[in-house]
Amino acid sequence: MSESSPISRRHALKGLLSGAAGAAAVPALAAPNHTELAPPAHPSRFVFHDPDFMQPLKFPWEKLLSAEELATTRALADLILPKDETSPAASEVGVLEFINEWVSADYPAHQEDREVIRGGLGWLNTESFKRFSKRFEELEVGQQSQIADDICDAAKARPEHRTGAAFFKRFRQLCVGGYYSHSQTWKSLGYVGNISVGGPYPGVLPEVIEKLGLQDVV
Amino acid sequence: MPVLTERKTQPQYDVIVVGSGAGGGMAAMILALNGVKVLMIEAGRNYEPVKETPMFNTPEMAPLRGAATPDRYFGFYDATVNGGWQVPGEPYTNKQGTEGDFWWWRARMLGGRTNHWGRISLRFGEFDFKPKSRDGLGVDWPMNYADMAPWYDRVEQLIGVYGENDGIANAPNSSPGVLMPPPKPRVGELLAKKAGKKLGVPVVAAHRAVLSQPMDWKNLPKILFPNNPKAQEILGKDMMSRAACFWATNCIRGCSIRANFQSTTVLLPPALATGNLDIITDAMVREVVLDDSGKATGVHYIDKVTRRDAIAKARVVILAASTCETSRILLNSKSSDKAGLANSSGQVGRNLMDSVGTRLGAHIPAMEDLPPMNEDGAGGLHTYVPWWLVNKHAKLGFARGYHIEMGGGRQMPEVKSFGFLDATSPGVYGRKLKEDARRYYGAQFGFSGRGEMLPNKDCYSELDPNVVDQWGIPVLRFHWKWSDHEIKQAEHMQQTFAALIEGMGGKAKPLSGADAIQRPGEIIHEVGTARMGEKAAESVTNQYCQTWDVKNLFLMDGAVLPSNPDKNPTLTILALAWRSSEWLMEEMKRGNL
Repeated sequence: MSESSPISRRHALKGLLSGAAGAAAVPALAAPNHTELAPPAHPSRFVFHDPDFMQPLKFPWEKLLSAEELATTRALADLILPKDETSPAASEVGVLEFINEWVSADYPAHQEDREVIRGGLGWLNTESFKRFSKRFEELEVGQQSQIADDICDAAKARPEHRTGAAFFKRFRQLCVGGYYSHSQTWKSLGYVGNISVGGPYPGVLPEVIEKLGLQDVV
Repeated sequence: MPVLTERKTQPQYDVIVVGSGAGGGMAAMILALNGVKVLMIEAGRNYEPVKETPMFNTPEMAPLRGAATPDRYFGFYDATVNGGWQVPGEPYTNKQGTEGDFWWWRARMLGGRTNHWGRISLRFGEFDFKPKSRDGLGVDWPMNYADMAPWYDRVEQLIGVYGENDGIANAPNSSPGVLMPPPKPRVGELLAKKAGKKLGVPVVAAHRAVLSQPMDWKNLPKILFPNNPKAQEILGKDMMSRAACFWATNCIRGCSIRANFQSTTVLLPPALATGNLDIITDAMVREVVLDDSGKATGVHYIDKVTRRDAIAKARVVILAASTCETSRILLNSKSSDKAGLANSSGQVGRNLMDSVGTRLGAHIPAMEDLPPMNEDGAGGLHTYVPWWLVNKHAKLGFARGYHIEMGGGRQMPEVKSFGFLDATSPGVYGRKLKEDARRYYGAQFGFSGRGEMLPNKDCYSELDPNVVDQWGIPVLRFHWKWSDHEIKQAEHMQQTFAALIEGMGGKAKPLSGADAIQRPGEIIHEVGTARMGEKAAESVTNQYCQTWDVKNLFLMDGAVLPSNPDKNPTLTILALAWRSSEWLMEEMKRGNL
């Protein structure tokens, strides 16, 4: 069953060592139909393999969005999720920083998002320049909404707005994800967990049981 | 926790245990409580859940708001250390011609994957131990349910399991007083129960290794270790210091108050308190070392910190390195016939099985706009559906069955929790978007199935002849092919989930079985590869996990399971390890080891 001879092992080891500088050298070794390349060994404690929860956690990559890109991000994020009576604006709970982290992460899906977000922010500023001769963040809210209304629904967007609409859809997803993953928004949203409760688990409120007609299964 | 990290080991131990998860942790604890001198060798780093668990950490405290990434597949706060689908520097491969790449989840940490698991603890039933006798497929176990029932009772009392006895065929009751009371169902679980009632699908209390109340530390140790005052004292103190669940945070993070079961919180502390256990971490076992007579004398490992080779010696060696890692060690060990150690049957690496898994979720309008309630609960499901068609197989067109897990509602909001807005609220932004988020948040609910796959000749692991890991150890290469039984079962799951969702008032879009079935290995219930059996010619170990070929070599993890019932393997691995460790000690006393 085992075809592993010392010779083949030595060859493999040699290959591994010569490839140690980067994962790129490994494919020559890997068997066909390899599930996925093993990530390279990280010399220090890499936060995504072994986070140290007793220290403040650091984002391990350079953040790529420029100050100008972040200004546009802020304007659009706060247009999508403005401050209201019970909850803060997007920019007040770190949504800009989150989006900057998101598009800067060194994973393929995030690199795709980087292209969509970066290109979309550029598209937004050009559109706003064409209509109002200003950058998006310099517009009045009413003017910003005029553009947003044209791109907020990808299914209804006109052909010339498709790039903007694809961007808006992904931007809104990230914006909402970044917003509600901040604990300061939870009370307004209605998430009341993550606090310890003594005694038995309280279960479903009686008025809910009644409202939904669940008396027979309690 | 007083873990040995200075690399100081004794020259000779009674028993070496390789691996510190469910099987290794249990074996080490039972042996140490009975005065046996044990050395545990763990390939990962030391891990201290009481200090390290990010219990109440919120997403904004983590990079990317804690979202799942390829390196942290189950989210940033998953307890897995230095692992996941890939371990840095320790690859595996898939063989050309495989029909599906096997995904292998590993953790390189003390306690192994017990730090991460779902805590679902279901007993295998009477039919599960004799599957071949019932339907002619696979193989029977070398023991039956009656042999195992007392060990299930003991394990449930030791670790703490909530649940109820439902009297459902092949979903065994525990002895009276063994289970803890289950937490009340959440609203989605009650809606599922109501829908299930109409469909004849029984939604009952889940069985999970979570303390729903403080442990009976005064009586349990006497029941579990009747003639062992030292063990009673140690266990009593330890059980007293485990807190009951406080209905917050997800179990997958681990538990700093020790309310759920992890080897590191439940097995290793009392084992270390005996003074009979030494642990070395960051030590990767390469092979079992034999003497000229073919008896095991110890293990050869690589100290990962210093990159030095070393040998540890003992009278008995127990491998509990996880299903595939255990068979990898056997295949890498020298034997006279060059087929790998303990492999005269040719079964090492064969019969690799995972669970059949599919999932389906939907938006449930009845759950919209409900008053906020704490739905963290026990950090996992409160209800489940045991396989209810156990006597209907003639009509189903596939062998064996599945259970249904469920979840949803007002869970901690995460980056990817709001995908539903694409469907509920296209084109919406501004204040209205926040109103929609509030209205629809908590109204998502889903089901997932965990089903039994049959062992087949096309699902196996072997050594890759060309690849070694960064320690120079040949790696595993996998090969996989589902049979029609699994695909049809997956299809049946989807139809059942769809019926439940429709019954709850949602709209379901079930997939075909072939589209719905999750990846080989993805359910992380891989077992087999060194199965136990009645005869040496057809199996690797006897019913006490002792290898037929090497009398002082035992395998105490998922590798020995001859079949993979739908019920998630951890509870059974614990019960087998306890039972086998007691037998091992008797054999030592009898002078056979």
